[in-house]
Amino acid sequence: MTQATDAMNAPPAQGFYLTEEHHPENGTMLGFWIYLMSDCLLFAVLFAMYGVLGGNYAAGPGPKDLFELPTVLLNTSMLLLSSITYGFAMLEMARQRKGATLLWLAITGCFGVAFVTLELTEFAHFIHEGAGPQRSAFLSSFFTLVGTHGLHVTFGIIWLVTLMVQVTQRGLSPENMRRLSCLSLFWHFLDVVWIGVFTFVYLMGVLR
Amino acid sequence: MRDNSELIHFIFGRLTWAAIPFHVPILVYTFIVVAILGIALLATITWMGKWGYLWREWFTSVDHKKIGIMYMVLGIVMMLRGFSDAIMMRLQQAMAFGGSTGYLPPEHYDQIFTAHGVIMIFFVAMPMVVGLMNVVMPLQIGARDVAFPFLNNFSFWMTVAGAILVMLSLFVGEFARTGWLAYPPLSGIAYSPDAGVDYYIWSLQIAGVGTLLSGVNMVVTIIKMRAPGMTLMKMPIFTWTALCTNVLIVAAFPVLTAVLVLLSLDRYVGTDFFTNDFGGNPMMYVNLIWIWGHPEVYILILPLFGVFSEVVSTFCGKKLFGYASMVYATVVITILSYLVWLHHFFTMGSGASVNSFFGITTMIISIPTGAKMFNWLFTMYRGRINFDVPMLWTMGFMFTFVIGGMTGVLLAVPPADFELHNSLFLVAHFHNVIIGGVLFGLFAGINYWFPKSIGFRLDAFWGKVSFWFWLSGFWFAFMPLYILGLMGVTRRLSHFDDPSLQIWFQIAAFGAALIFLGILAFLVQIYVSIRNRDSLRDHTGDIWGGRTLEWSTSSPPPDYNFAFTPLVHELDAWADMKQRGYQRPEQGFLPIHMPKNTGAGVILAFLAMVCGFAMIWHIWWMAAASFIGLIAAAIVHTFNYNRDFHIPAAEVARIEDARSRLLAQQA
Amino acid sequence: MSTASELPHGGAAGDADVDTRHVHGHDEAHVHGHGPGGAAHGSFKGYMTGFLLSVVLTGIPFWLVMGKVFQDHQTTTLIVLAFAIVQILVHMVYFLHLNTSSEGGWNMLALIFTMVLVVITLSGSLWVMYHMNANMMPMSPQDMRNMP
Repeated sequence: MTQATDAMNAPPAQGFYLTEEHHPENGTMLGFWIYLMSDCLLFAVLFAMYGVLGGNYAAGPGPKDLFELPTVLLNTSMLLLSSITYGFAMLEMARQRKGATLLWLAITGCFGVAFVTLELTEFAHFIHEGAGPQRSAFLSSFFTLVGTHGLHVTFGIIWLVTLMVQVTQRGLSPENMRRLSCLSLFWHFLDVVWIGVFTFVYLMGVLR
Repeated sequence: MRDNSELIHFIFGRLTWAAIPFHVPILVYTFIVVAILGIALLATITWMGKWGYLWREWFTSVDHKKIGIMYMVLGIVMMLRGFSDAIMMRLQQAMAFGGSTGYLPPEHYDQIFTAHGVIMIFFVAMPMVVGLMNVVMPLQIGARDVAFPFLNNFSFWMTVAGAILVMLSLFVGEFARTGWLAYPPLSGIAYSPDAGVDYYIWSLQIAGVGTLLSGVNMVVTIIKMRAPGMTLMKMPIFTWTALCTNVLIVAAFPVLTAVLVLLSLDRYVGTDFFTNDFGGNPMMYVNLIWIWGHPEVYILILPLFGVFSEVVSTFCGKKLFGYASMVYATVVITILSYLVWLHHFFTMGSGASVNSFFGITTMIISIPTGAKMFNWLFTMYRGRINFDVPMLWTMGFMFTFVIGGMTGVLLAVPPADFELHNSLFLVAHFHNVIIGGVLFGLFAGINYWFPKSIGFRLDAFWGKVSFWFWLSGFWFAFMPLYILGLMGVTRRLSHFDDPSLQIWFQIAAFGAALIFLGILAFLVQIYVSIRNRDSLRDHTGDIWGGRTLEWSTSSPPPDYNFAFTPLVHELDAWADMKQRGYQRPEQGFLPIHMPKNTGAGVILAFLAMVCGFAMIWHIWWMAAASFIGLIAAAIVHTFNYNRDFHIPAAEVARIEDARSRLLAQQA
Repeated sequence: MSTASELPHGGAAGDADVDTRHVHGHDEAHVHGHGPGGAAHGSFKGYMTGFLLSVVLTGIPFWLVMGKVFQDHQTTTLIVLAFAIVQILVHMVYFLHLNTSSEGGWNMLALIFTMVLVVITLSGSLWVMYHMNANMMPMSPQDMRNMP
């Protein structure tokens, strides 16, 4: 008993402080992941909105009248292809090959632009047919959910271009590699959301 | 002529001279007073030549301690605004009976109760809670700063931008008349066509971004930057509650963002989410906003539970009773807070199954909270209690909060809620927990950590005066509301017919006057403390005999917090160090790696505020320009790779030697 | 108890509680510097596996719906949902490189917590709103579709 108390009161062998500089792990990737989780909840709200209001057509057009699955399939393939090309960019980045990384990033960006363009064309087509976001609660929630995803992709593209400039200027420095890894998470995360969109909105909409 | 008006409409949107409330005398006088005070303040700063100092040392600072202090100042300033709304309402309700209509017209009264709720929650409680976490948490875990120092600065300025928009609504246009959660269809464009709801939306949206980012920041800080040896179960309890609160922020605020986006789409684009026609459903708004709203309640209270835990154990000279159970209770509350949101709208028409599920989950939450209460009591049991100001606030909290908690459990019973919903009983309940819990906790925290962050104690006499006025004022102001609520008086009324009720409102107004004296005493306390700072100064850095790491460094801590990163062996690391004969290191200093200050946060938040203002007044060119500017400025900021520097070892040695000399003098 | 006498400083008593691995671990992490908390960048094989799997997992649901393979809509819906869940997992594993060890398990914990909240938000909203609609707007879904 006495000995135990003595040990409790004696200074520890390792001391009370570090005598060398302390380097906590970099938190950027974890922080970005946590941000993505919060984004995930934002999408959850939009999905819930679509789930609750998606059947209220207000005597207007419904999914069966509007959705064209071949377009959606094409759109989906754009996003899937951009995912794998971003993966290739990351592999080249890990090998420190700047040129190849930039090339794959550029290809990814092109697929992203194609995706957004197709989506905007679809939107324009709907609006032209009188099925704009003001027409019914179903269309409001459709445009908002799909549009928010598209907006995310658009920001992803702006970010991608910014990073390409930065990689060109400063090469594959640790900071830039970390940024590319963050964008990689963002890009693949948008893929995951899109899986939800094409299943929940388009496929199940046509089945409804 | 017609072209001219179109041009003016293009330039100013719907902002016209009519939006300036010249015809409302109260607002004109308020504006004159605010303008005189503002000009006096600006002139003083200019005269003293402090602009450069403020900009370099505070506004652009990425130091978590300074940002935390700025959050606290913001919260206190906004509390004055929020409280003047409160006292105006109390006065109106005490006067407006029978033939008398009081002095506030209904449309003004509606703005006041909305602004009161919004300001007190978003711009008083939130900034002060976040500020407290900012100041204390990195110190408690032995870190040099937060994980993303720039983001911290940016978050603060976004909160300020939101607050400025709310304040602007006082003099340019009007604020929402919808109640603090802006339920549609009232908040829809059909029933609130003016700029009020838009002020509400954009100020919350901008401040919300700041809160969310600061949540991410602090979660990562706690996970990644704890001193070596500090395992999760050796974290100070305040840090634990900060972790849970920030997890809640990250998980809840995106819901608020999304709901407000949907409401603004309804208002700006004409979508049909919450409308009565075209398949919209206003009940969905209520559902979604409370999915954010209930966790928000716990976001506010959890860190204060942490404060009370720290204060109780320090001022009873004991380690906290039941640390592990305290941690588990906090985590359980965190998760349960997501399963109770429907109790805010039992009466909206869900069936018995839904109502009983949410009623039961609500009652379950009181169990971990009760466990906490017993832990504090057992910590005090056989402790040597030091009745200093922080402890007084804590004991005031324990008396008051239990009542609020019990009325909460009462309201959790759906049949009882059917009677009490939207009554003054509810108003009394949530003020009971928010004043008795959050506000008392903030005052306890301010009195407890003020010496740490500023370097001198707050005057104890005026602290006690403030405490007793607040405590008695609270009981006078809100107990009558319980009674009125039980009699069936509903909330948000600016006029009453039954003169027999008047006496209760007069008692409540008397209570509000006592609270006013409490606030006044708090301001006097700060003034007196600054005046007597030399006699109140603390050189030891450990004025209360604290138990956690923040008390191991100087008061105020140096920029780098700790010359050497502490090595943690036990829970209550500093108590352990003191007990085992810790010797302060006096040599062998190393250069310390620190983040650089940056003005980017101020600029980005300013652009966000301009964008919000332009959206409110439909000034589309300005909205587009400032939004593009915002994106461009953010991108430009990412091109700055030069974000850190080293404090040279000699400088560290100089600061530490100065402290050694002070400590030697003291001894 | 706690006021026991202080021992002379510098006495080397054993203290097995402290985990000194932390101290060294940080230095190693610093050498890597750029590494996203030690998470892998994936491999060519991993990316290709993920890609091929997701092509298949996207293709089949589209084929099921567009080709009207099953007469029964409910069957199709369930299968499509199942494919979506599997595909989300595939993306998490092969593209987001999620595993229980990255970032000390915090990534996984955050994801699980978020998924629980997503499920609560989605199912809770649907359940609550279904009740509200049933009680406050008694009408068939068909009427809801056509209600102005």
